[in-house]
Amino acid sequence: MIDQTEVAELKKTASQVRRDIVRMVHAVQSGHPGASLGCTEFFVALYFKLLETGATFNPDGINEDLFFLSNGHISPVWYSVLARKGYFDVAELATFRKINSRLQGHPATEEGLPGIRVASGSLGQGLSVSIGAAQTKKLNNDGHLVYALTGDGELQEGQVWEAIMYAAHNKVDNLIVTVDHNGQQIDGPVDNILSLSDLKAKWQAFGWQVIESDGNDLEGIIEALTKAKSLTGNGKPVVNLMATQMGYGVDFMVGTHKWHGIAPNDEQLQSALDQLEETLGDY
Amino acid sequence: MTKYTFTEKQDTRSGFGAGLLEVGRKNENVVALCADLIGSLKMGAFQKEFPERFYQVGIAEANMMGLAAGMTIGGKIPFTGTFANFSTGRVYDQIRQSIAYSEKNVKICASHAGLTLGEDGATHQILEDLGLMKMLPNMVVINPCDYNQTKAATIAIADHHGPVYLRFGRPKMPIFTPEDQKFEIGKAINFVEGSDVSIFATGHMLWYAIEAEAILNEKGISAEVINVHTVKPLDEEAILRSVAKTGCVVTAEEHQINGGLGDSIAQTLARNNPAPIEYIGVNDSFGESGKPLELLDKYGLSTENIVKAAEKAISRK
Repeated sequence: MIDQTEVAELKKTASQVRRDIVRMVHAVQSGHPGASLGCTEFFVALYFKLLETGATFNPDGINEDLFFLSNGHISPVWYSVLARKGYFDVAELATFRKINSRLQGHPATEEGLPGIRVASGSLGQGLSVSIGAAQTKKLNNDGHLVYALTGDGELQEGQVWEAIMYAAHNKVDNLIVTVDHNGQQIDGPVDNILSLSDLKAKWQAFGWQVIESDGNDLEGIIEALTKAKSLTGNGKPVVNLMATQMGYGVDFMVGTHKWHGIAPNDEQLQSALDQLEETLGDY
Repeated sequence: MTKYTFTEKQDTRSGFGAGLLEVGRKNENVVALCADLIGSLKMGAFQKEFPERFYQVGIAEANMMGLAAGMTIGGKIPFTGTFANFSTGRVYDQIRQSIAYSEKNVKICASHAGLTLGEDGATHQILEDLGLMKMLPNMVVINPCDYNQTKAATIAIADHHGPVYLRFGRPKMPIFTPEDQKFEIGKAINFVEGSDVSIFATGHMLWYAIEAEAILNEKGISAEVINVHTVKPLDEEAILRSVAKTGCVVTAEEHQINGGLGDSIAQTLARNNPAPIEYIGVNDSFGESGKPLELLDKYGLSTENIVKAAEKAISRK
């Protein structure tokens, strides 16, 4: 059982992260709030509960867990969680997508933002990168894990399936991939654009261990990632098919692709903030 | 007269294979990845000696580039191996985002570049790779001229921190540079001193430039031949020093004229010291099947074409 006091604390963090997301996107009238909100519980669970990292950011990540974000457009949630975790000052969230910022529209390494190890945003590449990093961990006899997050629409990219095949063939079993299965992409529902059909059967057929989770249930996602962790080290990679709702936490954004890459106006921002308690202090 | 002769011919890809084995012995962080072309890339010796550091990725080049980028995290130095076409055009966005923009220490090693791939034809004869790769910020672009230089370059790039594109080829070519050479990235080498025309060549075209120099010499023309093995960063100082002396230029590369070495040199001259320039390269067309020398002749890249280009450049002074 997970300690309920801790769960309550993590839920407070999640509420603040959601405030950060809508405020960041509103301030610059640009960015991707939908899937950022949908993945908030995942990021909070990962960074505040699961991920074993050193006290300071080390780009080489030796003897610590690594995380790679393949669907880089959900940078607002990642930046907020990194800042709230102490990787950089929360005040820097105000620079998101602005000129001379380390918080680029999509995550990048060039400006040296702590927490980022590879650029992402052009979809389909992050899984390959995370597998490579996992194989280096094996060569280095580093027993820590590599986590990655990918979108579901992103699975339409062919490179992802090259990577899925490769990881199973090469027994990359120190890797936990999570799919943000929100069923939406820019042009509409994934099922209408290019259906993924039975994702579970597909990953299983490719030789992965598959678990399923509810990504907007904080306790559920902690349990799922803990279970995923227990499945590592036995010769097969692990995938967590995580059902989420785009825009979760803000009633008028939830469950639609329409807020994929749209910023709220002043009234909409206020309405969103009214639904999200300020728990850790706005940046 | 040229001081360059040869007693042996060998393919530059074999220079890569030998260099990879040697650098693998020197540096345990070197790892190698190959997309189902171990024999063609001459990576078998490395694979045999270091199986734990060798990754067969199958026919999946996009994944290979991403894997290589990821492997650098934790200190490995990945060398990827496949044909030049599949090392560049096929995976351009993977290289751009995961390697170049992300400043990853990946060495992209590319064989079978250019027309001299021969009989396989235009699908495989990439003539755009130097241009594609030199346009990427952070990328170093190297095109050595023979077996020995390719081996030396392969060893040298492991010590350069950052992405590198290393281009070599399929045919057996004369070995005419020293076995024990030290390879300096970005440092052009003056092969033959001359005063009437500067011939800047890269890759396989070096040998034909040297042949052309001998013919020009018999005609009473003094040609300077410079080996621009590093297309980027370009050794502007060496280029300007030579052109200050000769006053005209021929560039020679097994590549499209558009976007290649010649373009880079012309840009340098235009900004500093404009001079007549003639380009030896493929003029906005694809290649075709044939023997290497037949193809060089048909597409205007033969020794005789270099001689004519030199004479034309001199006449324009």
